[in-house]
Formats: sequence, structure tokens, C-alpha cells
Amino acid sequence: MPLSALSKNHHVVTVTFSFCLQDYRSHAHFSRIFREAGYISVAKPIIELRNGLGSNPQGLLRCHPKSRKAWTVTINESREAMEQVSSKFGITPEDYMLPARTEIHMLDVNGKLHPAGQQGAEPGHEYPLPSPAALLAAYEQLVIGRRVNDQNSALVRQGRMAVYPSSHGQEACQVAAALCLGEDDWMFPTYRDSVAVMAKGVAPMEVMTSFRGDWHSGYDPNQYKVSVQATPLTTQLLHAVGVAHAAKLRGEDTVVLAMCGDGATSEGDFHEALNFAAVFNLPVIFFVQNNQYAISVPLSQQSVAPSLAHKAVGYGMAGERVDGNDLVALLAVLGRAVRLAREGNGPLLVEAHTYRMQAHTNADDATRYREDAEVQAWIAKDPLTRMRSYLADAGLLTEAAEERITASAEAVAKTLRDGMNSEETPDPAELFAYVFSSPTTQLTEQAHMLADELAREEDTK
Amino acid sequence: MSPSISTSSPANGNVSAETAAQAARTANTGVQSVTFAKALNTALADAMEHDSAVLMFGEDVGVLGGVFRITDGLTKRFGTGRCFDTPLAESGIVGMAIGMAMNGMRPVIEMQFDAFAYPAFEQIASHVAKMHNRTKGKMPLPMVIRIPYAGGIGGVEHHCDSSEAYYAHTPGLKVFTPSTVKDAYLMLREAIDSPDPVVFMEPKKLYWTKEQVDLESLRLSHETSMVPPTEGKAAIARAGTDATLIAYGPSVSTALAAAEAAALEGRNLEVIDVRTIVPFDDATISESVRKTGRAVVISEAPGFASVASEIVARVQERCFHSLAAPVLRVTGFDTPFPPPKLEKYFLPSVDRILDAVDALQWEEVA
Repeated sequence: MPLSALSKNHHVVTVTFSFCLQDYRSHAHFSRIFREAGYISVAKPIIELRNGLGSNPQGLLRCHPKSRKAWTVTINESREAMEQVSSKFGITPEDYMLPARTEIHMLDVNGKLHPAGQQGAEPGHEYPLPSPAALLAAYEQLVIGRRVNDQNSALVRQGRMAVYPSSHGQEACQVAAALCLGEDDWMFPTYRDSVAVMAKGVAPMEVMTSFRGDWHSGYDPNQYKVSVQATPLTTQLLHAVGVAHAAKLRGEDTVVLAMCGDGATSEGDFHEALNFAAVFNLPVIFFVQNNQYAISVPLSQQSVAPSLAHKAVGYGMAGERVDGNDLVALLAVLGRAVRLAREGNGPLLVEAHTYRMQAHTNADDATRYREDAEVQAWIAKDPLTRMRSYLADAGLLTEAAEERITASAEAVAKTLRDGMNSEETPDPAELFAYVFSSPTTQLTEQAHMLADELAREEDTK
Repeated sequence: MSPSISTSSPANGNVSAETAAQAARTANTGVQSVTFAKALNTALADAMEHDSAVLMFGEDVGVLGGVFRITDGLTKRFGTGRCFDTPLAESGIVGMAIGMAMNGMRPVIEMQFDAFAYPAFEQIASHVAKMHNRTKGKMPLPMVIRIPYAGGIGGVEHHCDSSEAYYAHTPGLKVFTPSTVKDAYLMLREAIDSPDPVVFMEPKKLYWTKEQVDLESLRLSHETSMVPPTEGKAAIARAGTDATLIAYGPSVSTALAAAEAAALEGRNLEVIDVRTIVPFDDATISESVRKTGRAVVISEAPGFASVASEIVARVQERCFHSLAAPVLRVTGFDTPFPPPKLEKYFLPSVDRILDAVDALQWEEVA
């Protein structure tokens, strides 16, 4: 068990030691080892274990440098992490936690790259430009995402799908949320995040299962590391915290991205999730797509905080805001957030400023609560046109590539059209099959009753 | 300043864990007086020893060992990674447990008191109960929500609710409530083993009751599947012939006391302990009522739209032709749970049960 001095002042010396998972039994076990080695004389030294049962568990022994008596210090792993990461960036923990003074943005509305000094970056909040290959791959997903949104809305209008909450206008957020994650990282999406779910690899028709009116989620969350799309607001953020906590206890370096909107930040579970993630120092990225409206209620009636990203500091985590219609900036900000979280620096909150260019769903009439001029102003900031201009100007998007990308978007749209055209009637018997791991006596009786009714209907046809 | 310290080998570590487990087993071996609380505590420790995926968390469950000491010693024995305190937020506790169950753990969580669980209701009703169904069985949630519930301890407002109907009414939740020390152990082990989420309701007034039990032999019986499962199986707590008292959790002991009193009056009552409200054992209960022809359902919860109402309905649907009298209920009043000085008037009592038994139209038979 190698010991090394971590910090020392006249009050306390902190010694860090590494140990194998199998070694850990109890604090008493460690104290005995220290005592037997003559390092301390007191019976019950203060020993804190860091990184829990994680991959690189460490212990902290705190004692007075002169008397070598135990020194009562409550170690907060989260706070230590915060101090370490901020000092790495050469800024105070407060400056690390507070978002930069303006949102991070890299492309202007015409797709021109902002000069390096005008991207909103500040010391400790620097964001390098993603690689050309990453940008081109993201652009392809952006084009597919837009096509998926418009195809699905058309299918709803044609009565071939029950409902579709479109992310039209928010596709840059959708794509970046998926592409910033590794294969084993988890995503917790909402009902408006179908494009993000597809971008993480779930087959389009599986994603659309519940929107077309079936009773289940379609895909297997374990297979794709994508949870079911949450309809209740922010309840899923806590599930994300739990997935991250379980992974951390097992020593896995999984990062979890949890999504919600601006209105959702008013919910109690938003607060509980951010607080839990911070207290347990968990690798969760809370990604808020601030699209300005919760159905009809504008952000001004949800929060008077300086920004939603500023909420982070209240939990002791880092917050950042980013132009949510700027795919380049989103990839940079989310990419860094994932990296920081994976390195054990705790959770982060990223707020993306974007706009729901269409109504809440097909059942909503957005003209009742917002002016067309406002919508037009946001259409001018369309993430797709900005990204296309940038890539074309930079010589990264050839005509051939554009054609190939359009064709792959068309192929996805065709998959959706063909899928929705096939008449699939859910089996009523399945209503009872999955309530529990095996049906109770009562559920079996009810299943028989329904089967009887259906059989009699058949007889009378 | 860094002396060379010999590292304990994995083998040494294992010995240490083995020692703790062995010490516990030795202490638990042999028939001895065991409290309901100790049985639950031992069930948790044994489950955590048996499966490293079992975690325990909630409010004050760490160093303190829980306000009722049900988690006493678990943090010390298993470390802060496996039994730990959370921030004070019930929805957060349940929500985080869901995520942990999604990712390979078997969390057991404690809601400190019945009425403190209400902030978590959305997580329980919308997610705990539905995840398995919503994902077509691909995402089971093996988790246990422990809730100390019901009155009889002179508790103050918000500390004595009988909230079982909320959970029993929600498809996808199993609802267990033991009434004996032996069942406390076995049913908690079973709940933790269950692939389905279980709301485990612990009658607070029973925490300090004692029985002569051999916990180590219960552990062995459970781990070698030598005991029949309690899930979906009501227990006949007292065999009888004249009428059936149907009770669960905190009301079983009251029903048994009523049956003893009735015996002095010449009536031989059968007492059934429902044990698992969901899944419900229609068969055992119907069989008993068909035999006796009379039934009283006893529960502390307010009677309107209650589990007791459901039991009455089920019995009448199934046993109508065997019934000599309407099935009656003795329940709490339809009022908020009263302050300590008034709870004796609210709770089902032996006298009130005997009055109900007297009202089962005996004269018409005679």
C-alpha cells in the first residue's frame, strides 16, 4: 500500500494511499495496518475512501503532522474533485462552476467561424474545434435528423402515426448529444429526443414504436444504452444518476447523458437529480435543451435565474451554455463535458439555447402564444444551413458527399414510410404478459376473460 | 514520511470478510429471542453477504443504522459503497434506485416513514411499476422499497399512515407486509430475490415484538430453497371453524387476540394472514370462508376504497353461496390518522372485532 503526501499545512497532513478492491474490508482493517506500520499511534485514525469501490480506489488518511494524532476532517470527494479540476485549469472552483459570461458559439448565423477570441471562451472554458471527420459525420446525422423530423410530422398528418413531438430546429442538439458519447455510455432521452436516440444507433422503426400507438418502448434499453424516452418531466434524470452510480461502484468509466428541456428545470426531480449527482460525484452530463417554451409557457415564466446553466453552481457542479443551433460548438462543449466527467470530475450541466421551430405536437397551435416574427428570426439561425455553409466553405463537404448524405437520409425516411404503412395490430394478450416477470393468478384470469370475449367476437363475425 | 507498509493480500482481506460473516452466523445460530427489527436487519445483512449487487440506502441508514435501527451495522460491515446515506429527498432515492436496478444492482431503499414516501410517488407509480411492462420485460427492476408503516406506536402526524392501498392499486408493484418475526426475515429475503419491484411494508408497532427463532437456520432454509415461498401465499395464522378473520401486517396480532377472546365465548375463529397483498391469494382465503361461512376483514387503513374493501369484494364474488352473513370490515375511520391520545379509538381493537363477529347473523342459523 504505497503512501504519499498529498498536502500539508500546519494543521493537517493528508496522505493518500491506493489499495486493491479485494483489500478493502473496513476502516478498522486499514487503521490496523497503519498502526502496525508505526505510522500513527491513535486507535481510530480518520480514513476516508475515495472513488468508493471504483477502478482506482484511494484512501485518504488525515492526521496532525506533529502529534500524528487523528484529525477530524470531513472529506468531500466532490469538493476535492472540484478543487483539483479547477486548479488544473488555473481558475478558482467558482470560476470553474460558473458558466462563461456568454454562451459558447463557434459558427455565426451564416456559418462563418467566429474568430477564436470571440467564441465566448474564457480561461478554463476553452473549446478546441472538433476534427473535420467528426464534423462531417455529425453533419450527416444532422441531415438525417431533419429528414426524420419532417417525415414523421408528415406521417402524423396523414394519420399513419399517433403523435410525434418534433425536434425540428433542435437537430444540432440531438446529434451532438448522441455523438459525444462512447458506445458504453448511457443516454436518457425525453419524448422530443427521437433523433438523438436514432443517432445513438437505435433502428428508426424501433424508436417510433410507442409514437405509432403501441404499448411498449420498442427497443431494448440495455442493448443500445439508451433508456426509454421519458414522458414525465425529469424523472429520468434520477434514473441516469442511478445508472452512473452503479457503474461507478463497479469501477466502470461509464458516462451518462441525461436530457431535459427548459420547462423541466422547474420540476423537483431536476433539483434532486443534480444534487444527488453532485454529492456522489457521478459522471452525469445534464443536457438542457432550452427551446424557449414549455408547450405555451415561455422561459421567463419558468425561471428568473441569470441562465439555466447558472443553476449548476448551486449544486457545486460546473455549468456552461452554448449556442444550441451551432453543431460545432455543441460538439466541442459536450465533448469536453464527457471527457471531464469520465476523468472523475463529477457531473456537469450544459444548457443549449435553441428553438422549437414547430408546435409542441400536432395537437398544439403555436400561433396562440407566439408571434411569427419570432419564429422567422430563429429560422434564420437554422442549424442545418449554418453547418452546411461552414463545411462547404471549408472544403469539407463535396458534392459527392452531399449526395451520399441526402441519399442516406432518404433511405431512413423510406424506412419510416414503409414501416408506418405496414399494418401491425398489437396483440391484446400482451397487455397482461409483462406487468410482472410472470403473470399473477388475477392477471391470468383477466387474460382468459379478454381471450374469451375476443373468441366470441370472432364467432359472431 | 512514507513508511513501507505491507499490503494486505486479497487472501487476508477475504479472511476478514469471512470472519465477519462467520461471526454473524455463529451469533445467529440456535433458537433465541429475536425481535422483528433484528430479523429484518439480519435478512438485509444475509442478502448483502449473499449477493454483492444488493445495496442499501436512504435517510439515516448509514452510521445511525436507521431511525428504527433496521440497517444497524451494515455500513460498518459492508462499507459506505453498499450501505449509505443519501441527501434528504425521497423521489431522488427511488429514482436513483431505479437507475441502479437498470444497471445491474439490486437496491433496497428505506423510506423513513410511510407519509414521507409520498414525494416519491411519481417515481413509484410511473416508473418502478411500469418499467418492466413498458420495455416488454427487457428492463426488469429488481428493487425493494421498505416502508415502515401504520400506527400503534403513539406516533405524531405524518408518521402513522397505512398507505398500502396506493401501492396495491398500482399495477406492476408487489406489496408484501409480514406480521411475524420469521416472516419478516423470509419475506424480506424473498422480496430482495424477486425479479419484480416490491413495496415492503413493515408494521412499525411490530419492530420490537419478539419470537423464538433460529435466524441461521432460516438463512440456510432460504438459501437452499427449503422453505415454500410466501409470495402469493396467505398463511393460516390460527385454524378455526366458525368464522374467518382476514388481516395483514399490524392487524394480524389484533385478530389473533380477538380469536383467543372469542374462544372463551365458545367461538372457534380462523385467522388468515394475507402476507402478500399483491399478489393476492384468493384460493386460501376463499377456501377458508367457504368452510366457515362467515368472514370479517380487519385493517388499520381508512376503510373507504381500501385493501379491506377489495378483500370483501373478492370474498363475496367467490364465496357467495357459502356465506351465512355479509362479510364485514373492521378498519380505521375515514379520518386522517389521529394524534397519539386518540389512536386507540381509531385502531381496530379486539372489542370492535368481536362486535363485528357478533354481528355475523348467528341467530338466523340458530
